[in-house]
Amino acid sequence: MSTVSSIDRRAVLRALAATAGALSALQFPGAVTRAAATETGPAGWTVQTMEAFADTLIPGERRFAGDLAIAGAVKGPGAVQAGVISTLNSPELPLAPLLPEIAALLNARAIAYAATHLILLPITSPAFVGLSFRDRTALVRGLFGPEDPDRAIWQVLSLLTGLAFDTAAHLDTRQAVTTGHPGLAWLRFPQPDADGLWRFADYSYGKALATTHPATTVSGSPA
Amino acid sequence: MSAQTTDVLVVGSGFGGAIPAYYLAAGGARVTVLERGPRLAAGDFVHSMRLGTYNRIVDVVRGDGIAVVAGNCVGGGSVVYFAASLRAPAFAFERRGSLGRRIWPAALTRAALDPWYDRVEEALPVTRTGWTDVSYAGGVLAAACQRAGHTCNPVPVAVDTERCTNCNWMLSGCRFDAKRSMLLNYLPAAEAHGATIRPLHEVQTVAPSLVPGYRYAVTYTVLDPDDYTCTLESGTIHARTVVLAAGAVGTPVVLQRSAPLLGGVPTAVGRYFSGNGDRVSVAEVDETKVRSLLGLSRPDGVPYEGLPIGRPITAATYDFLDASLPEFSRFMLQQIYFPPLTNVLSQTTDPPYWFGIPGRTLRSRWRSWLTLLAMTEDDNEGVFQATPPLTGSFTRLAPGLGLGTMTYRPTDRTRGGWQKADEALRGILEKDGLSRVRPWQEDIAGTVTAHPIGSARMGDAPSSSALTDTNELRGHPGLFITDGSAVPTSLTVNPSLTIAALAERATPTITERTAQTGVPVQYGAPVPVP
Repeated sequence: MSTVSSIDRRAVLRALAATAGALSALQFPGAVTRAAATETGPAGWTVQTMEAFADTLIPGERRFAGDLAIAGAVKGPGAVQAGVISTLNSPELPLAPLLPEIAALLNARAIAYAATHLILLPITSPAFVGLSFRDRTALVRGLFGPEDPDRAIWQVLSLLTGLAFDTAAHLDTRQAVTTGHPGLAWLRFPQPDADGLWRFADYSYGKALATTHPATTVSGSPA
Repeated sequence: MSAQTTDVLVVGSGFGGAIPAYYLAAGGARVTVLERGPRLAAGDFVHSMRLGTYNRIVDVVRGDGIAVVAGNCVGGGSVVYFAASLRAPAFAFERRGSLGRRIWPAALTRAALDPWYDRVEEALPVTRTGWTDVSYAGGVLAAACQRAGHTCNPVPVAVDTERCTNCNWMLSGCRFDAKRSMLLNYLPAAEAHGATIRPLHEVQTVAPSLVPGYRYAVTYTVLDPDDYTCTLESGTIHARTVVLAAGAVGTPVVLQRSAPLLGGVPTAVGRYFSGNGDRVSVAEVDETKVRSLLGLSRPDGVPYEGLPIGRPITAATYDFLDASLPEFSRFMLQQIYFPPLTNVLSQTTDPPYWFGIPGRTLRSRWRSWLTLLAMTEDDNEGVFQATPPLTGSFTRLAPGLGLGTMTYRPTDRTRGGWQKADEALRGILEKDGLSRVRPWQEDIAGTVTAHPIGSARMGDAPSSSALTDTNELRGHPGLFITDGSAVPTSLTVNPSLTIAALAERATPTITERTAQTGVPVQYGAPVPVP
């Protein structure tokens, strides 16, 4: 047993070492080219891994039978349906070339998690995708500890996942909201006027609702 | 080629830069303004959250333990801010913090600053709002305050309420020229008196000038408008007087980089950084209780569902601005709206709190959220690392996203103040189950603030302040700092009006220093005509 554990640990460390460049690449855009050259693993694994991460943050329903990336924890749309992969690959961001390394980093974490929790991972999918929704959630919760060396990566990914769902970051908002973007529809984001601008004619209850502070200046400030 | 020269070089075009630029130009000096961001006008501001729009004029700068939202365009923070225009209460000027003595300069009290507040309120101008200006969200806060035995005030704003469409896109710049940013008052007035504004010029260093009659040589790079990480050219301008107003996350970094050239800068540069004690919470409002407890209903019969409607800040309670209470227990509670860009920071009462199924379910009730900003008394515990980035004030990761060098570890006193604000909010908004209130989570960005201040502050003691009581950098005559960096402590209100009033107050001294070099400049121009 101890031999197996130490092999697993070495494998994890190798994977971590191979992907440790992601953080520095995020901080120094000059490293992008080097990171892009290190793509390993079957095509599509990066996308599946990033989808599974985003689905853990904002879950949605499976797109098709056998959809592994989405865990299927809920009915209705999640971050994947909202276009998280389009956002991560946005030409406005320098992130796309780094995604393979970030996915590998996350999968290394999944291997470590599986090893410490005695979970047998399938070999036909990325390690993170092979985890259940519950285990994905537990793993992701642990990524944001103050001592986590890769915390900055997970923070940026979480922010962008939120932007994909909550703002349709890869689309013009007028287009997104009028064509039923899943995230904006979930929020019930208001519709614009015909010219594509928002205005609210009704915005106030229009009556005094509280006593104002007795020490208020002429201009309305605290005295 | 002859050297570029100007009488007064202003770095940054927000409140701190635009105001001295106007008075110095109107007084007869040659004024040049360098602004790192692009220049946009009303027609350029779009109602969109697509990447490539708002993030061209707004930066989120992530440090260690804090994230700062800052303007990045001509007009600076005034273009993207939410226009709440409040005077700081008198006790804020008397704060002692952890210093054990008064932090602000002896010459600065609320009474001393009031005449300067008057000028800014006239120039912007500031509108005193009434209840018909208060949004549905502000109305729910007001009615909840009343029911809990508290007062609540409509918040004065730098907005032409006749032009305002209540669109709620203030972070993207005002499409309707209703928000009274620097683009509509001080900056055009400065240009009318001959000032030159150069956008996309990012200042890198300030050093002594070798040109006779000029005190400082300021180097800059010109940024590619399509990619701010690319430099198109660089240059140097020699100035008799320099006004540094690059923002509280910009100014200290320029000074740190310049320190070897200037023969050192005061030790307080890059220390005492404050997020104004900002603390954001989201209340998930029970619609049925808005009707049954508060008696409120919209014309269409819906009780509330008003989060995205109206101006972002419309109401606040002043009840906790009580001078008799001890420090770190006084605060303003203000209704505020953030675009859904920040939804990921909201959290629920159930694990895993901000993500997963609970986070998604919380979003399904987004229109029933009420977002609140507590502005508390923090401990000035932020510090900028001594080594600045190679260029600029932070490392650009992506458009609108940067990695800064500041660290912020909230002290027990700061956290104690936040806890008191949290308790007060719950007392008002959770009473009889009206809502459930939770502060923003800190996993992703640490503390988040749109009110960075204090990183090169004014004071009387050289050991704990970088500036004199008239905003001059100690040991460096003719080098002034007039942005949020100069504000010594958190204010318990939105800081823009105070930054502007302090810049107004510094202007006579800046004029005097400039005149000492032989420039025929006089102070005394009236406030710009709106």
